[in-house]
Amino acid sequence: MSKPLLGLIVGAVLGILDGLTALFYPNTAPLIMGILIGSSLKGLLAGVIIGFFARKIRSVPWGIVFGFGVGLLLAYLVAMRGDPTGHHYYLEIMVPGSIVGMILGFATQRYGKGPKGIGAN
Amino acid sequence: MNWLNDEMVDHLREVSTFPDLSRTPYRILRVLGSGGMATVYLAEDTKLSRPVALKVMDSAVSSEDSVSRMQAEAQIIARLEHPGIVPIHDVGTLPDGRVFYAMKFVQGNSLTHYSQKAAAISERLRVFLKICEAVAFAHAHGIIHRDLKPENIMVGAFGEVMVMDWGVAKILPGAEEDVTTLADFDSTGQGASTADDTRLDPSMRPPLKPLVETMSGTVLGTPSYMAPEQALGQTAGHSRLTDVYSLGALLYFLLTHRHPYEGASVQQIRENFREKQLLRPRKSDPTIPKSLEAVCMKAMAFEPPLRYSKVEELATDVELFLSDLPVSAYEENIIEKAGRWLNRYRFIIFLMFAYMLVRFVLYFLGRL
Repeated sequence: MSKPLLGLIVGAVLGILDGLTALFYPNTAPLIMGILIGSSLKGLLAGVIIGFFARKIRSVPWGIVFGFGVGLLLAYLVAMRGDPTGHHYYLEIMVPGSIVGMILGFATQRYGKGPKGIGAN
Repeated sequence: MNWLNDEMVDHLREVSTFPDLSRTPYRILRVLGSGGMATVYLAEDTKLSRPVALKVMDSAVSSEDSVSRMQAEAQIIARLEHPGIVPIHDVGTLPDGRVFYAMKFVQGNSLTHYSQKAAAISERLRVFLKICEAVAFAHAHGIIHRDLKPENIMVGAFGEVMVMDWGVAKILPGAEEDVTTLADFDSTGQGASTADDTRLDPSMRPPLKPLVETMSGTVLGTPSYMAPEQALGQTAGHSRLTDVYSLGALLYFLLTHRHPYEGASVQQIRENFREKQLLRPRKSDPTIPKSLEAVCMKAMAFEPPLRYSKVEELATDVELFLSDLPVSAYEENIIEKAGRWLNRYRFIIFLMFAYMLVRFVLYFLGRL
């Protein structure tokens, strides 16, 4: 499996799981469908970007740093929108989002095949 | 008046022992080291203006047997073109009949010095894997080293590893035909470059001697790193497994910083072998993982059939260990399996734990 494809799949799964945590919050539980779609799309996008990065740069530490950055940025874009009442959940979205990005960075560096089928060191 | 100080006298004394290289393109700079039958000098190749290591047979041992042994060594190195094996540039004979050959001058430390400095076990194991690669390459060409020891391994500043001193190497039966077709030197010492620069017609070259002949029962190699069959003088029993044993002994040294079977003489080593008094690596250092100890002990098994059948198998087990995967030499219990699994996935487990912790904290913060 190529690194971008791996990133896409892992990103989608982590995005869904991340979105499901909205069920724990009474304010966001009614909006779960929208959150799930948005969260999984965010995961997909982050996974593909981080996967392509892993294809180009073979370094676990840099992969984690890049994943952190991408996760944080995408989570910020999502958090910026806020809920219908205008409340923003920066902390609740950005902190876990950056950790998900780091997981994706690590997973795409460690697993998946590079352009010539060589795994990361 | 004191014309010459002690330093100058010593220098003159040293220079006076240098071989006559006047008809060669080499100029000796200093002695690098000496062994049982030859001395290695740092020399300058005046044609190409580069430093070379020049191995010159000692005049005292310049018998027909040692001449052919040195030629065989040069021929063996010449056909082993591998990044882990020091390349040979030239071979020839001096006016007094002594054989010499020039090889790449490798700058670095011997494995003995390297092991004292290298801290991380993974780093030491990666060097070990490079040694295995070079030896496996030689085995694939039907050649066994028979004298693998820390002093014969050089580790460069950039992590490059070179297996040196193929003086007692042996070409295995069956590999002789392949080797002969590759032979580029004759066995009479009149090879690629003689001191008087006389070159033989290749068609006139006799075939390569099949192996470095050793008298039955003669012990060649270095005690402590010799396989039991080698130390006991059973020349007929020498095979690739002999090197597998020595690689195991090198692994032992890299893990413990101690020589296996401490002993000052071959006789003492033999006694130790007979009594099988090998201190297990974990007795020296209990932090050595059990699986790695098992790999080492399997490679150093007293009976050759109990060892790894190939160098590649030994290297694979070390690679598996480095990847936190189970090795073939060790049967893990369930706790050890779990520990290894946690260690292998420690980072991803840490991130997931961090994620859950963050979610947990945010959940309670949200309820406040």
